[in-house]
Amino acid sequence: MYPANYKYSQEHEWVALEGQMATIGITDYAQHSLGDVVFVEMPKPGAKFSAGQTIGTVESVKAVSEIYSPITIEVTEVNAALANAPEKINQDPHGAAWMIKGRAPNPAEMAKLMDAKAYEAFIAEKEKEAGA
Amino acid sequence: MVNFGGWDMPVEYSGILAEHMAVRTAAGLFDVSHMGEIEIYGTEAIAQVQYVTSNDAWKLSDGQIQYSGLMTESGTFVDDILVHRFGAAHYFLCVNAGNQDGDFEHIVANNQFAAEVDNVGARYSQLAIQGPRSRDILQRLTAVPLDSIRYYHFARGAVEGVESLIARTGYTGEDGFEIYFAPEHSEKLWDRLLDAGGPQGMIPCGLGARNTLRLEAGMCLYGHEIDRTTTVWEANLGWICRMEKGLFLGHDALARQQVEGPRRILVGFEMADRLIARDGYPVFAGEQEVGRVTSGSPGPFLKKNIGMAYVPFEMRAPGTEIFIGIRGQKAPARIVKTPFYKRPK
Repeated sequence: MYPANYKYSQEHEWVALEGQMATIGITDYAQHSLGDVVFVEMPKPGAKFSAGQTIGTVESVKAVSEIYSPITIEVTEVNAALANAPEKINQDPHGAAWMIKGRAPNPAEMAKLMDAKAYEAFIAEKEKEAGA
Repeated sequence: MVNFGGWDMPVEYSGILAEHMAVRTAAGLFDVSHMGEIEIYGTEAIAQVQYVTSNDAWKLSDGQIQYSGLMTESGTFVDDILVHRFGAAHYFLCVNAGNQDGDFEHIVANNQFAAEVDNVGARYSQLAIQGPRSRDILQRLTAVPLDSIRYYHFARGAVEGVESLIARTGYTGEDGFEIYFAPEHSEKLWDRLLDAGGPQGMIPCGLGARNTLRLEAGMCLYGHEIDRTTTVWEANLGWICRMEKGLFLGHDALARQQVEGPRRILVGFEMADRLIARDGYPVFAGEQEVGRVTSGSPGPFLKKNIGMAYVPFEMRAPGTEIFIGIRGQKAPARIVKTPFYKRPK
């Protein structure tokens, strides 16, 4: 379910790093909690964010959720297809519905994020709390 | 699951969009057992109902239902309720889950008459069957001729052998029924209704779709459009306020506001672009903040982003341009007539 080559944040974003280029999206857990996604607001290419800053917004029918950058990034590309087809976030959150790509000047930040196994344990704990 | 008035309730089953569309085009089944029920009995029951509510319950016949406001002395809402007339000396109120105990205490504290008041929420479960196919689906499970129950009327009878009150009411803008029965039968009736309705496209629906459906239908939600700070005039609910019926709680305050005119009023609006207004967002006229959004959401059937808000009375005309403050931007919107959605006759 959660790709082993991605890293995950506690705010439910994923990052894939290849060399200095990072891709960021939201996790399957995040899309599932939001429900039907109907609107996405994303930054423009050229925007710079440090880890923890808000890069955009995802809205479902019932809720608004901010997307935080898990790492420092200089945006080079945004997934324009999501503007007209936000439901892709529900359908393929770890693939076609990536949100931004950019240069990651500080790859050491990746070490602070969870790997797939740790993230799965993290959300299992969340679900236990919610169910209790 | 979310906690709603002390009840664990599913926000969605298959997804709000699918559930919303099912109710508009086929049918949906809602477990609304969280709703509270209060009964008022005795020869003075009618006097007591008249005293604490804004609508005129004298006009009800046996088997008839009325939307009404439970009023404070200031003419604001303790709750919005449905008054069912069981008999000349017996009224049944359906009230909001979170307000049930407060409503009961309010009615008892303002019992000017020798009426008996009973908090009976634990005795009833409630299921709502809503949508254009709801009559056909429910008819398979009951011998009560549903066509004989007019809108805002009820009948008693067995549904799958379970003694029920079958009311032609709802909170979705569609034709539909709300059935009340003893809680031990909840699972059985839920399952039987889904069995009967499944082939007709009926699906289980949660609180999320209940909210988007009522918003498209322009209906108020307690805690959003109405509360202890809003009057019936402000909430544009003058049609449930019958000043001529005689003295009731809030009458004098409402009479004053009727003469002076309310300063603010509830309106519906449509967003001009794709941004979505949400509860609590500020409303602007030009640069000036003039009100707050009470409910805002995508309207899944209308495919427009809609909402309701309080604005100054003089700004109420449909077509008036306003702006909604969304994440620091001023997003254009336009005041429109409510309901946003009206079902085809």
